[in-house]
Amino acid sequence: MTATMQPKSEAAEAPRRGRGFPGADQKARPRGRGLQFGHWWWALPGIALVIAIHYVATGIGGFFAFTNWTGIGSFKIVGWQNFEAIFKDPTKLGALLNTLFLAFGSVFLGSVGGLIIALGLNRVLKTRYILRTLFFMPVVLSPLATAYIWKYIFDFDGPINVFLTSIGAGDLAKPWLADPQWAIWTVLVVLVWSSTGFAMVIFMAGLAGVPVEVEEAAAIDGANLWQRFRNVTLPAIRPAIAIATTLGIVQGLRVFDPIMALTSGGPAGATETLATQVYKQAFALGNFGGGAALALVLAVIILFFAVLQQRLTRSNPED
Amino acid sequence: MFRYTKLTLLREIGLWALALIFLAPFYFLVTTALKPDSEMYTTSPLAPPKSPDLSNFVAVLTATGNSNVVMGLVNSVIITAGSIVGLIALGSITGYVISRNTRRWSRGAYYLFLVAIILPGQLGAVPLYMGARAIGLTGSAWGLIILYTGMLLPLSIFLYANFFRGLGTDYEEAATIDGASRSQIFSKVVFPMMAPATGTVTIFAGLIVWNDFFTSLIFLGGSANQTLPVAMYYYIGSLVSKWNSIFAIVIVSMIPILALFLFAQKRFIQGFSGGLKG
Repeated sequence: MTATMQPKSEAAEAPRRGRGFPGADQKARPRGRGLQFGHWWWALPGIALVIAIHYVATGIGGFFAFTNWTGIGSFKIVGWQNFEAIFKDPTKLGALLNTLFLAFGSVFLGSVGGLIIALGLNRVLKTRYILRTLFFMPVVLSPLATAYIWKYIFDFDGPINVFLTSIGAGDLAKPWLADPQWAIWTVLVVLVWSSTGFAMVIFMAGLAGVPVEVEEAAAIDGANLWQRFRNVTLPAIRPAIAIATTLGIVQGLRVFDPIMALTSGGPAGATETLATQVYKQAFALGNFGGGAALALVLAVIILFFAVLQQRLTRSNPED
Repeated sequence: MFRYTKLTLLREIGLWALALIFLAPFYFLVTTALKPDSEMYTTSPLAPPKSPDLSNFVAVLTATGNSNVVMGLVNSVIITAGSIVGLIALGSITGYVISRNTRRWSRGAYYLFLVAIILPGQLGAVPLYMGARAIGLTGSAWGLIILYTGMLLPLSIFLYANFFRGLGTDYEEAATIDGASRSQIFSKVVFPMMAPATGTVTIFAGLIVWNDFFTSLIFLGGSANQTLPVAMYYYIGSLVSKWNSIFAIVIVSMIPILALFLFAQKRFIQGFSGGLKG
């Protein structure tokens, strides 16, 4: 959704738009000074609600990151102590690494999978709309319901192990979710499964905007399938890639529900993420100051990657 | 040039094979939920039930206490519908004003909402809970509707603001010349035109609120008004590896949203891709 910050799309239609920027329209269109739409105070309830629920609450939470508050009673301001504790605690550092691994792993695999399916469904296929609906189905399910289905599939007596045994690979069967080495990969599979359809839909919308003529011209000039993809399709869908990856990373960094339902962060912290650690510190372990500090770190990481992603996809010279 | 060839047929078959693998979890979901208790440990997880019955579903729909699924369903419908109404009303008017206003504060407000979309909710969760409890918003459907409206309002405003920016002001100018007041312009001219943005907001917000577990778990904690995911969570918590019963409730919880999606799948997908393109 941040792709609307793209300067190109805004500039293209600028003269026709009543944009929110000072002086944008005055010259292009002789508009009377009195011609204003809506009263400014109509925006007040919305602004007040957002400031109260998002900024005030987050600000107070941010303040507690510098205290030793337990969630009730009195507290002392302790400076950067909570942050130092994070970088000394192997569980929290592990949670940080897991969060980055899951976010980038799921975005990468989900985008590649979504792009392959979108390319496959692009044009002439007779059943493309049915297939699109089928691939999109997991996206509308609640993360909780999705997690329960996969918990059974990865169960020790579940379909995967039974299948492995039936094809004679029984020694590969293992308690996937309770195996410290494999648990994080099972979580990754679940995240990819529920996000691929989303990436696919965005890529399909991007691909629909690639003019057939350009592709045909490239084909007539003798470009093979890969060259056509690399030099015609890919540059044209760059905005779609920006949206899919930015959203995927922001979502992936916050991942909480599926992990709580699948493994609760176990076994032995192998699937702990920043979001699950924040919840445990603040709500279960009565260390609200520490939880808030961790949440602040998470917020900074999310903002950092969201901005970086925007910059990278925007300032590409080929654009 | 892009005609239907043998290669296309091959591609189509390949994608169907992929789709079948991709949707295999649904096969396990349905076959397991239809197995009676006696078959659960005697048939292979891969095999369909020998004598399918609906006993698991009957058990789910008659459960009482805080795993009362029917009540959870009703509460979820009320809370989702209420939040959507709030988000459309506040989101459209705020998005309209900040996208039509040409003064500097409106741009500041736009970024205020943009940053609020990205902020992770956990940091403010505890202060928000204490504030909500102090003014009596916890434990009731009304409180949760107000909370969800506030939480998702930045997204709703963002979607509406982008929609109005792409919409020319010609109709509004014409209405002004014809002597319509500002509130008449909004209710009679702008409101009917914003249906596509409303569709996107409804789908996004509806999905998020309907599927949300964390917020309703915390803010409705201990009260009898549970939402569907929370009722499901409690119901499953009382079952240890009774997968046939677990899957019956999982199916009950996903039928409404899946039915709505299959019924209006075109709008869903347009809402997702269109809303994000801005």
